[in-house]
Amino acid sequence: MPDAPLPSAALARPQGLTPAWVVCAKECRESLRDRRVLLNALVLGPLLTPLLFLLLMRLVVGRELEKAEKPLPVVLVGAEYAPEFVAALEQQGLAPRPAVPDPEAAVRAQQIDLALRIGPRFGADFQAGRPAQVELIFDSTRQEVRGEVDRLESMIQGFSTRTGALRLLARGIAPSVAAPVLVAARDQATPQARGAALLGIVPYFLILTSLLGGMWLAIDSTAGERERQSLEPLLVNPVSRAQVLLGKMLATALFSLSSLVLGLLAFLAVGRLMPSDEPGLALTIGPRFLVQVLPVMLPLVLLIAIAQIWIASFARSFREAQTYLGLAQLVPLIPSVLMMVVPMHARLWMAAVPFFGQQVAILGLLRGEPASLAAVALGGGVTVLAAALVFGLTLRLYRSERVAIST
Amino acid sequence: MIEVQDLWKSFGATRAVAGVSFAARDGQITGLLGPNGAGKTTTLRMLYTLMQPDRGHVRVDGFDAATAPMEVRRRLGVLPDARGLYKRLTARENIEYFARLHGMDAARARARCTALLESLEMQALGERRTEGFSQGERVKTAIARALVHEPRNVVLDEPANGLDVMATRSLRDVLRRLRGEGHCVLMSTHIMQEVAALCDRVVIIAHGRVVADGTPDALREQAQQQNLEEAFMKIITGAALEGTA
Repeated sequence: MPDAPLPSAALARPQGLTPAWVVCAKECRESLRDRRVLLNALVLGPLLTPLLFLLLMRLVVGRELEKAEKPLPVVLVGAEYAPEFVAALEQQGLAPRPAVPDPEAAVRAQQIDLALRIGPRFGADFQAGRPAQVELIFDSTRQEVRGEVDRLESMIQGFSTRTGALRLLARGIAPSVAAPVLVAARDQATPQARGAALLGIVPYFLILTSLLGGMWLAIDSTAGERERQSLEPLLVNPVSRAQVLLGKMLATALFSLSSLVLGLLAFLAVGRLMPSDEPGLALTIGPRFLVQVLPVMLPLVLLIAIAQIWIASFARSFREAQTYLGLAQLVPLIPSVLMMVVPMHARLWMAAVPFFGQQVAILGLLRGEPASLAAVALGGGVTVLAAALVFGLTLRLYRSERVAIST
Repeated sequence: MIEVQDLWKSFGATRAVAGVSFAARDGQITGLLGPNGAGKTTTLRMLYTLMQPDRGHVRVDGFDAATAPMEVRRRLGVLPDARGLYKRLTARENIEYFARLHGMDAARARARCTALLESLEMQALGERRTEGFSQGERVKTAIARALVHEPRNVVLDEPANGLDVMATRSLRDVLRRLRGEGHCVLMSTHIMQEVAALCDRVVIIAHGRVVADGTPDALREQAQQQNLEEAFMKIITGAALEGTA
C-alpha cells in the first residue's frame, strides 16, 4: 500500500471548480496575446456586421428618398400630340427627354430606362371623351427601373382620375358615383414594427458575431492544442477531463459574449447614425433592447461555445478545424432563410428550437413587443439542455484515447 | 517506486505491448531501452494513465493506475513524447499553469516556479515567451513543468531527443541530481550513450516484450560483450529469432 509520503507541494488538492477556472484563465490570457484573435474576435467581428448594416440601410433608404424627390427623366415620343397632358405630368416632376427613333430597341439595349409614346390619335380621342391611349415602354426584369415605372404610372393614373372627375362634374354627375367602393388602408404596424421589417437581419448578425467571437479560441484550445502537442502533457495533470473541457468552454463563451456585447454596442451607435426618416431604428436598438436581448442570447452563447469545441475536437489541425467550423456556421442561417422564404407567425414551439427560437425572440424585441417570459424561459432551458448534451458528447470524445494522443 | 505488471495493449490487429513487467526503484535511474516501435512509448502512456491497458497493472507508490489514476498522476512528473509548450506564454507562465493545475495557489506556484528556474539554471528564460526557444530550452521548460509539483517519480520519454551536446549534459546533471535526491527516475531511450552514462538499471523491450532486465554490467555479461551497444544488438536479435521460432 502507499508507502511514500507526498512532498509538501503536492499536498494541496484541487478544490471544486478551481481547475476549470485555471484552464479558462490560461486560455483567455493566451488568446489576448494574439493580435489575430483580438482583431477577429473583439474588433472585426463586432464592428463588421453593424457597419455593413449601416451601409446597407443608407443605401436603401437614401436611394428611395432621393428618387422620390428627383425629377423623373422619361423619353417622350409624340409629345407634340398632347401638349396639355405633358404639361400636367411635368408639373408632377416629369422631365421630358428628346424622342428616340426606336424606343423598344433602345430599352432592350438598356440605352434608356423607359419611354412614353403618345399616338397621333391622342388629341382627337381625348377631345371626344374616348379613352386616349399612351404606351409605356420598359423592361420589367430590370429591378432598378421598377420605381420609375411605378412613379410614371401613378402620375398618369392621377391625371386620368382628375380628368375623369372633371368630365363627370361637367355632365352634372357626382364623381363619387364612379367610385362604388373606396379602400382606406389602415396600417396597424407600429413605427418599431416598420423599422423591424428592415431590421430582420439583425438576429442573424448577432448570432454571427457570437460565432465569430469564440471561434478562434475554440479551435486554438482544441485542434490547436493537439497540433502543437500540448494536449498530452495537459491531460497528465491530476485534473479530470470534464474540468479541462469546462474551462475551455468557459473561455470560448467569454470571448463569444464579449464579441456579442461589443457588437450590440456598435449596433446602438449605428442606430443613432441611421437616416432620420426611419424612426423605428433609433427607438428599438436602445439600452433597453440590450438588457432584454442578453438573457435570450446567453444560453445560446454557451451552446455555440461547446458546439464549436466539439466540432473542432474532431480536427487534428487548426486549418482542418477552420474548414469544419466554416461549414457549421451555415446552420444558424437556416431559420433566417426559412423565415424569409416562408413567413411564419411567432409560436411558442419555435422558442424550443435553438437558434430559431432566439431569432424569433430577438425579432419580437426589435418590433417593440414585450418579451414573453415563457418563451425566454423555454428557449433558454432547451438551449442549455442542448449545450449539456453536446458537452457530454465532447467529454466522451476527450475520454477516448484517440483524442488524447497527439501522434 | 513504479511497478509494471504484465501489461498488454493492442491497436486493432497490431499488438504493441505484450506482457511487459518491470520495476523502477527510488534513488535509481531506470532506462527503458529498445528499437523504434518496440512499445516503449505505449508502455509509458499506460503508465501515466493516458491509455488503458488491455490487461495488467501499473502501480505507482502502491497506487493502482486503474483504480486511483488521480493519485498516480499526483505522484508522477511526466515528460511525454509530445511536449508542446504554449508559445504565447512565457516559460514561467507555462510552468505556473501546471503548478496551478496541481492545486497550488498562485503565490505558491510562483515561489515553486522561481525555485525550479533557479535549480535548472534557466532564470534568463523565465520571462521570455517560449516562441523561438531552442530545442534544448523547450525540453528544459517541459522538464521544469513536469517537476513543478515535486513528484517522487519522474517519467521521461526520450528526453535527449534532438538535444545538442550542451543541452544533453545539462539534462544528465538534472537526472543525476533527481536520483541523488532519492527520486525514482524512469526514462525511455534508444541512445546507448545515455544508458551507459546514466542508468543504474536497464530494461530492454523488443516486439512489445521485455527481453532483458538488469544492470548495464549484468547485460554485458549476459550477452558476453564488452561494448554495451554490441550487447544490446545481440539481445535484440536474439529476441527477434526467438520471436520467429
